[in-house]
Amino acid sequence: MADADYPEDLLYHPEHDWARLDGEEATFGITWYAQDALGEVVFFDPPEVGTPVARDEAYAEVESVKAVSDVIAPLSGEVVAVNDALVDAPERINEDPYGDGWLVRVRLSDPGEREHLMGAAAYAAALP
Amino acid sequence: MSEHSPPRSATEGASPMQREPAVTIFERGAPGRRSFVCPELDVPRRDGLLPEHLRRAEPPRLPEVSEPELARHYVRLSRRNFDLDSGFYPLGSCTMKHNPRLHERVAALPGHARLHPLQDPRRAQGALELMWNLERALAEIAGLPHVSLQPSAGSHGELAGVLLTRAYHADRGERRHKVLTPDTAHGTNPATVTMAGYDVVKVGTAPDGGVDIEDLAAKADTDVACLMLTNPNTLGLWDRHIERIAAIVHDVGATLYYDGANLNAVMGVSRPGDIGFDIVHFNLHKSFTQPHGGGGPGSGPIAVSDRIEPYLMAPTIVRRAPAEPGGGNGAPADGAALEFDLDFDRPKSIGRLRGFQGNYGCFVRAYAYIRSLGAEGLRDASEVAVLNANYLLARLRRAGVADLLPAAYDRLCMHEFVLSGAPMKRDLGIRTLDLAKRLLDHGYHPPTVYFPLLVEEALLIEPTETETRETLDAFADAVAAILAEAAEDPEIARQAPYTTPVRRLDEAAAAKRPVIRQPA
Repeated sequence: MADADYPEDLLYHPEHDWARLDGEEATFGITWYAQDALGEVVFFDPPEVGTPVARDEAYAEVESVKAVSDVIAPLSGEVVAVNDALVDAPERINEDPYGDGWLVRVRLSDPGEREHLMGAAAYAAALP
Repeated sequence: MSEHSPPRSATEGASPMQREPAVTIFERGAPGRRSFVCPELDVPRRDGLLPEHLRRAEPPRLPEVSEPELARHYVRLSRRNFDLDSGFYPLGSCTMKHNPRLHERVAALPGHARLHPLQDPRRAQGALELMWNLERALAEIAGLPHVSLQPSAGSHGELAGVLLTRAYHADRGERRHKVLTPDTAHGTNPATVTMAGYDVVKVGTAPDGGVDIEDLAAKADTDVACLMLTNPNTLGLWDRHIERIAAIVHDVGATLYYDGANLNAVMGVSRPGDIGFDIVHFNLHKSFTQPHGGGGPGSGPIAVSDRIEPYLMAPTIVRRAPAEPGGGNGAPADGAALEFDLDFDRPKSIGRLRGFQGNYGCFVRAYAYIRSLGAEGLRDASEVAVLNANYLLARLRRAGVADLLPAAYDRLCMHEFVLSGAPMKRDLGIRTLDLAKRLLDHGYHPPTVYFPLLVEEALLIEPTETETRETLDAFADAVAAILAEAAEDPEIARQAPYTTPVRRLDEAAAAKRPVIRQPA
């Protein structure tokens, strides 16, 4: 994806992660800004299904040609699915960060936490 | 556009050698061709010395080339490389200073170069004396009294320092499980901490580029074993609160570790031991001149305070009263006490960290450097390193690049400085990587890029003291020329380099699908 894009239907965490809410579950990924700053992603180290994740804490690692970075959970819960396709094709995180490049699906433990997240406009305004 | 701007196409300006495809030594030669023929065996042959299961069924597949082919192969490869002897190499944090030729001469003296690592100390008194003298010099530079030369690299010295910290606390009956590292730290710091069995706790950076004191104070508790610090840090900035930092760390009973990566800024000016550091590592290959950058050999001695000394690696080198001269070779008489000896009797020591005594050739070069310059000369070297970095930073500003490549922290720098390419990326559409690649076409090794991580599109530049003003001027002009070129046509930088033996590498493919075996 060549140009910056922050879809309106997502919620954003200041550590450059997004969440797409779907009832009691949510899909997590990293934002366009995050993948652009990282450069081409060469490795995704996912958590196992069933792993608890805590808001503001690392739950996975992505490695780019520049560095290895923690991925921060925007909300708390338990991992119910991981995007296995990224193991062989981590570049999808760059190519389609909000679609094929999703990272995990989480069953949320505290739906009220979403109050801490930002909308697209607020997130984009906070970027350097 | 300048008439002197470098070529913009792959073939323009490239020599025939550069256009020749790279082949390995295995692809040269022909079966049966040899560079050297062994003489006939003139002693009785004895079979069966190696057990059958350890013997090869077939001879190894080795290159079969003549000596001229061999020589040309490696000379060609060397010409495809970029090295300090062919151009400016401002690779931040690596201290690519000139390596004086004198050091190679003394390191190659047979008494040094051909000394066997298992030589009895009785017949290696000169080598031990050199090592002892080097230890004394390093102790003086660090401001800490005890030195071990064993570690083979900076990261190895770090590991020694953290293991010493663990031994120190264990001896006092304390169990601590955290080590603090600033978020500007070299990647080796958290890696070392993890390898030594501690948890890494990151400390933030304040707006002035130093350690965030409040964050440090909040995280420093009695679970903390150590704070690892580089000063000046990887932003090239001297921490203004270093005494506060030392007090906070010592108040909770932790050790303060000095990562010597940036010692080139302060040799003979400030001593880590005087500031309160307990353990210091040196990079002899950086600050004290060794050919490096090709993977070693390096050397990462450490200096420690009195309270850490009991745990220092064994053996240590000791000096006693001079021995009586003995028989031949100037060696001490059999049975006489040796003036220089190895002391293995260290009951609290963490043990050996390396076979033999360390990378001795590095010791010879470092000692030659220290003795050539003397105390004042070392101080001069550091002062000129700082002056050169500040000159280059100012010169880049004067060349008009500050709007596109501002200093990440607008302060006087030490021996290196960090620029941010974020405005360049936004306004010109070229990234720091593109600038770095285009610099190759101008004949410069690029600076360190994308480190430290907390600066967006970072460019870490360390000119060192051995570069001339003309070189620094020309480099600043080259950066300005690349930006001017990109303002007209950013695609030129995006496709660079054009003049190197290989063009832009696909780093992602290299990481994801590495080819690590020569096809049979």
